[in-house]
Amino acid sequence: MFFKNVALTSGVAAAFMLAGASAASAFTACQVTDVGGIDDSGFNQTAWKGVQDSMKAYGIEGRYLESQSETDYEPNLNALLDAKCDVIISVGFLMADATATSAGANPDAKFSIVDMAYNPTIPNVLGMVFATNEAAFMAGYLAAGMTQTGVVGTFGGINIPPVTGFMDGFYYGVAYHNSQKGTSVQVLGWNPESKDGLFTGNFESLDDGRAFAQNLYDEGADIVMPVAGPVGLGSAALAAELGTDALKIIGVDADQTQTDPGNADVYLTSVLKRMDSTVMQVIKQTMDGKFDGGMMVGTLANDGVGLAPYHSFDGAVPAALKAEIEDIRSGIIAGSINVGG
Amino acid sequence: MTRSSDTHGSPRNDGNQHNGSSHDGGNAVDSLRALLAPTIDTRGNLREIILIPLAAVFMALLIGALIMMATSVEPHIILRSFVAMADGSVGSLNAISETLTASIPLVLAGLGIGLAFRAGLFNIGAEGQMVVGGLMAAVVSFSVTGLPMALHLPLVLVSGLLVGGLYAAIAGFLRAATGAHEVISTIMLNLISIRLLDYLLRQPFIQKEGRSDPISKAVLETAELPRLLSFIDPNLRLHFGLFLMLGAVILIYWLLYRSKLGFAFRISGENPDAARYAGIRAGLTIVIAMAIAGGLAGLAGAAQVTGVLGRATPGFTAGIGFDAIAVALLGRSHPVGILLAGVLFGALEAGGRQMQVDAGVSIDMISIIQALIIIFVAAPLLVKRIMPFLFADRPKEDADHG
Repeated sequence: MFFKNVALTSGVAAAFMLAGASAASAFTACQVTDVGGIDDSGFNQTAWKGVQDSMKAYGIEGRYLESQSETDYEPNLNALLDAKCDVIISVGFLMADATATSAGANPDAKFSIVDMAYNPTIPNVLGMVFATNEAAFMAGYLAAGMTQTGVVGTFGGINIPPVTGFMDGFYYGVAYHNSQKGTSVQVLGWNPESKDGLFTGNFESLDDGRAFAQNLYDEGADIVMPVAGPVGLGSAALAAELGTDALKIIGVDADQTQTDPGNADVYLTSVLKRMDSTVMQVIKQTMDGKFDGGMMVGTLANDGVGLAPYHSFDGAVPAALKAEIEDIRSGIIAGSINVGG
Repeated sequence: MTRSSDTHGSPRNDGNQHNGSSHDGGNAVDSLRALLAPTIDTRGNLREIILIPLAAVFMALLIGALIMMATSVEPHIILRSFVAMADGSVGSLNAISETLTASIPLVLAGLGIGLAFRAGLFNIGAEGQMVVGGLMAAVVSFSVTGLPMALHLPLVLVSGLLVGGLYAAIAGFLRAATGAHEVISTIMLNLISIRLLDYLLRQPFIQKEGRSDPISKAVLETAELPRLLSFIDPNLRLHFGLFLMLGAVILIYWLLYRSKLGFAFRISGENPDAARYAGIRAGLTIVIAMAIAGGLAGLAGAAQVTGVLGRATPGFTAGIGFDAIAVALLGRSHPVGILLAGVLFGALEAGGRQMQVDAGVSIDMISIIQALIIIFVAAPLLVKRIMPFLFADRPKEDADHG
């Protein structure tokens, strides 16, 4: 009986499938995620949102493949090549080698990669890079202005430029506050001179996120910025337990009050890296036949990076501090403030 | 005809100690051994040996479909996902190439684990042995320069094999000399190897220039396992490791069933007391069996690094060493069975990828299906209860297994 039911279902399914097959649309955008997964409330999810938005706006088809480990990058790219994708977007610096190999072997396919600008450029790869240090600079200034303990912290996933860009900006933002206001707020977890600091070594473990935030908290930090994709969700969970008077979190990539609604009130703000908007731009360009290898840079000026609203901390952040941060934004855009310290 | 699990339960006992009643163990490892017992008996019913894995695969796919239904995946998507799985595993030259590429390390490491099973050893350490073997291969592949490929590549592979073997031999030695159980020691060695990898990948003589994250330099061209089908399409990844895999299957078959050493392994595994009375040196047998198992895992790591990845990174083994345990179980520790099981797992991996591309079904589904297969293979009685018609003419034969 049991088997009969399944067999029946399969028959019905076959009919459905035939009906569904004819609805294929002309343009397909495909994406390979990094190991954090498509639902990481940050990095990969934001990039995928760009494809989803394009599906809505342009009526295209979108597909994705999750990488379960670093060994999946190349076969995943190959699988998408077979799937007749019009543009293949690889999400993340760690996929740089695999994407370059794939692009070299398939000169007719179009690739785009988040967080990598090849030098020299590859004609069929468009890199999307982000001046996250500009936005993180503002977050650092905010953190320095908000800390009660005089200590703030950060930690990263892996010591690679797209991660440390955030940490650099955060560090120098705090330093800028110190020099402007005569404070002596200390940053734990990153030293931009020695290029070394705290790293979980992965972009997956929520437990690590919790443990690292706990360590920073134990050292006196009351505001922590985790730069490690879903790892930061563990830090947010800790902050929710300790209470936001003891520990606040600065989100990264997406506005994490939206992507992590369960712990929305622990996020002081988020450093936005608008991969969704650049991904959408890449898809639009490709659809219009204007795809060109090279790179696309997201900055404060073109809204490719930014600072999320303060949400539940809106009342807690002093109006003067808000105004200073707005001044810093215009200063960075105008070039009068150097985010490199 | 009745195969009592008691005779097979005995390998749990340490070769150096008095063999008491085989029912006195009762811990998790012992019950695992008892489970293994029926899986390594090849003189049983041939039909069962073939039918049970096949039925297990079928039932796992079926339950996979039910799980998808339960998570409100629509029926036509489920069907499309299975079509995609078939298509992505055997549906094209690229699919076959991907299936075989994925199966190479699984079979190599699985052979080692199966061989250790035969000798009564439960080697959980293939992952760690792959790590050290693969890392050693990577180091030799970029730091030894100026050699022609005919010398360099074998040197790289052998160094991976040796280091993997030595690493596993540590666990074997601890077992033989002190009685420390290999399950515990290999698990610990896995953890050590993973941290060691992370540390060594940051050392200047290994780390790629200009990077601050753990990643090794690239394998030199003279140490790359050549790709076999790149003349057809550069995306076809199938590499020379295919022949290593087939060669290893033949070699291990010969070793187990045609050589004196293999006889010593099997007799030690089936009955350590009998082995000792027959003058087989239990300690030495354990160390050698572990060393060969580790050597094969090390070779698997070396093949991944030089054939597929081109460098070592923190997660380069990707859990293959653990999947290989499942492969050895499914293959009933027989070299040919392991070959087939490894190819099946490779097919699931390649097909799972296609499943996600075509039907948007999560690739985690594949892990679930693999786990279900293992559950059914490890519980043959369950399979027979569910599908009695397959085993109809000997219905009661194995009723005493449980």
